[in-house]
Amino acid sequence: MAADKERDGISRRNFLKGVGGGIVGTTAIAEGLLSEEAAAQAAGARVFKGKQKIELNVNGQRRQVEVEPRTTLLSALREPLDLTGSKEVCDRGQCGACTVLVDDAPMLACMLLAIDVRGREITTVEGLAKGGALSAVQEAFVERDGLMCGFCTPGLVMAATALLNKNPNPTPAEIKRGVSGNLCRCGTYPKVFEAVQQAAAKIGG
Amino acid sequence: MAWKKLDEMQVLGKRMPRVDGKEKVSGTAKYTYDVRPEGMLYGALLSSPHAAAKVLSINADKVRQLPGVKAVLTDAHPTGTIRHAGEYVAAVAANTPAIARDALDLFEVKYEERAFVVSVDAALQEGAPRVFAQRSNAQDPNARGEGDLDAGFAAAAAIVEGEYRTQVQTHSPLETHGSVAMWEGDNLIVWDSTQAVHGVREGLARMLEMPADKVRVICQHMGGGFGAKLQPGLYSALAARLAKQAHAPVQLMLSRRDEHLSVGNRPDSIQKIKAGASSDGKLVAFSAQTWGTACISGGSGVALPYVYAVPNWKSEHRDVLINAGGGRAFRAPGSPQAAFSMEQVMDELAEKLGIDPLEFRLRNDPNETRQQQWKLGAERFGWAKRTPNNSGAGPIKRGMGLGASIWFTGGRGTQVQISVHGDGAVAVRCGTQDIGTGTRTYVAAIAAEELGLPIERVTPLIGDSEYPFSGGSGGSTTVPSVAPAVKNAAEKTRAKLAERAAKLLNADAESISFAGERVSANGQSISFAELCGSLGTEVLTVHGEWVEGLSSSGVAGCQFAEVEVDTYTGRVDVLRVLSVSDCGLVLDRLTTESQINGAIIQGVSYALFEERHMDPETGTMVNPEFENYKIAGALETPEIEVVIFDQPERGVIGIGEPPTIPTSAAIANAVYNAIGVRMRELPMTPDRVLNALQEV
Repeated sequence: MAADKERDGISRRNFLKGVGGGIVGTTAIAEGLLSEEAAAQAAGARVFKGKQKIELNVNGQRRQVEVEPRTTLLSALREPLDLTGSKEVCDRGQCGACTVLVDDAPMLACMLLAIDVRGREITTVEGLAKGGALSAVQEAFVERDGLMCGFCTPGLVMAATALLNKNPNPTPAEIKRGVSGNLCRCGTYPKVFEAVQQAAAKIGG
Repeated sequence: MAWKKLDEMQVLGKRMPRVDGKEKVSGTAKYTYDVRPEGMLYGALLSSPHAAAKVLSINADKVRQLPGVKAVLTDAHPTGTIRHAGEYVAAVAANTPAIARDALDLFEVKYEERAFVVSVDAALQEGAPRVFAQRSNAQDPNARGEGDLDAGFAAAAAIVEGEYRTQVQTHSPLETHGSVAMWEGDNLIVWDSTQAVHGVREGLARMLEMPADKVRVICQHMGGGFGAKLQPGLYSALAARLAKQAHAPVQLMLSRRDEHLSVGNRPDSIQKIKAGASSDGKLVAFSAQTWGTACISGGSGVALPYVYAVPNWKSEHRDVLINAGGGRAFRAPGSPQAAFSMEQVMDELAEKLGIDPLEFRLRNDPNETRQQQWKLGAERFGWAKRTPNNSGAGPIKRGMGLGASIWFTGGRGTQVQISVHGDGAVAVRCGTQDIGTGTRTYVAAIAAEELGLPIERVTPLIGDSEYPFSGGSGGSTTVPSVAPAVKNAAEKTRAKLAERAAKLLNADAESISFAGERVSANGQSISFAELCGSLGTEVLTVHGEWVEGLSSSGVAGCQFAEVEVDTYTGRVDVLRVLSVSDCGLVLDRLTTESQINGAIIQGVSYALFEERHMDPETGTMVNPEFENYKIAGALETPEIEVVIFDQPERGVIGIGEPPTIPTSAAIANAVYNAIGVRMRELPMTPDRVLNALQEV
């Protein structure tokens, strides 16, 4: 399992055990956990418990944040780092409002643990504009009105950015598919499609 | 006072991108959920898992011992009598959202569980548990009508009967309801995700028993409301109480579950309908017996017989009480339910009489605007290419259908203040709010148009109860309320500035013109900034108010839909929707299109996907999230063609609600055209389609 790969001496499996405090309800489980914990320690992995400082690479900056084992990337971005562009809407990977780029791939920040993305390049919606100038995708969203209330917009902008990074010249069907993980209650989709098309034309042309 | 002609407008009447678009695409727009005053704590609500119960006791000792917990309320519920799952029982504020959520598990609440009922059918049964002990679940009927029903049916050449059912739909704004409350001495500042900053201020002051002038409500951006966010929320009062106890600002946003359960929905309906038409294709009689539930509230009425003229009719509705979160206004209350049944009744009658559905409507629709819209829409849509019912070969069949909309919307008292500063800065203050409709943009644009400035030279300041009064953004009333008041204030500002310019340019004030950031008369001109420079340190402050003659009420509209139905899987795909609608003078064509698109997409969502499922055993909603409560996404979005039927001479009119009304009806009629089977229940999910096909 790739996620088990060690990083900074903290393995994903052991890390999850750090979360286990709340579920230690029966002796059997507790014993199981403890023996695994002991095994992990014997193997040289550090077990992550309680609050700890980690470093995240967000929008090109190295940021120190104090997180708990269970802290999601979304929570780390929004609370200690005050990057509130990424939204929590469903908190369970159903809506896309918290979409960020992790090493250029669109990921749901509510479904990632902060500790798991140490050392990865995280880009949030706040990191797209360079020197105050909007990215082509952002500009197209404004010009084509790919937004209404705007709450889903950061997530859609990130999904569209990821799509065009990977496929600079998408077909209409590919655009629909590319933003289909993002819910919008106002119903901006038709104008989002137009915006992505316009951004693609600008980037490509 | 009148609006300029469309072709004379420099700023308005065009495709204006939103003035706050840049903030929204860069993640810097601050919603209530993003507001972070220094030292802010995060709140969480413990809500009832039971549909009916008495709270006997709440022990919060363990909550208080949890490190990071800063305030606890065990008297969050006003009476302790729970009438639906999701009622707030206790509240907590802590250093982080995670601690606040942990704390909820530590409350020890003793409930006395009571019998409950969570569906209309069950609530109407003999001996059903009563939601309120003193009242029957079925409320007294509300009957309306005119003419002689028996005579009408006697004259009918065709009579149809059917029972239609529509579901409970939750508003599901992406930003849940919630507030940030902060005390400054005796003054309370509340950021609220609301459609009514002034209404919340007044209501919250009453709830907290404090003077309204000590409460300030702010809503710069909000993540959707659709009618659910028009009233002050108990959660706002709880946030204020937690903040007082903790001596720190508190943010309290509802969880997604509580959002689905506790802050409104579109009531469901059961509609038994009988209608008759004469051999010449005129409606002659209509009767409807309907029931619906706004759950613990009233207000589930269905707007029958909808838009068509029928001389003899009777419609009798009963609100039924059940143990679920109360209904609230939801985008065109009572109307999509009525369109869904009535438009299908119209199609059935037309079929019985051998008349094309469009022609049948033209014979029965008394609205002159819609008469033109039907013809225009049919032409643009290609209605003539509609094939006979169930005539497609193969398992996947196509069909076309249509439906009408109507809405009554008008303006009301709004006040505006414009300030012009010596450096040329112009600010427009109005206590309205932008719920995603582009209010902020036209507030700036109207003033810019009047003063001959580009839109970016005007600063629109809205979303704050400290600004002059404007009502809630509901009923599509915002633009007809706000736009005339801004125009009035801007005209007065212009007149005051013209007086100053007259002295500087040695001309009559009446001859001064404002265009291109310059102020001119008699071939001479100065820049707008120079003119303002003459103010020195004085701030020119002008008040305006809503005036007659710049807005109207009442709109028509119609929609055409084409669908594809897979008769093997029961899946309905909406391929395209064409909408024709009027809303008077269109201030911003871009955002108007967006609103119509959005209304249609919500209509598709209502037609095919959304449904609150209540579990009769546990009495709670089993799908209070976004996977099993499905809302339309990008892949379910049809091709949409928006035709705006311009009537600039009528002034401004709202458009937020009406285009969501006919979508489900047009889709249902299109499904019938495709497969020859009537879908009388919403949403038209694959299982329902397959069952309906089976019954044939």
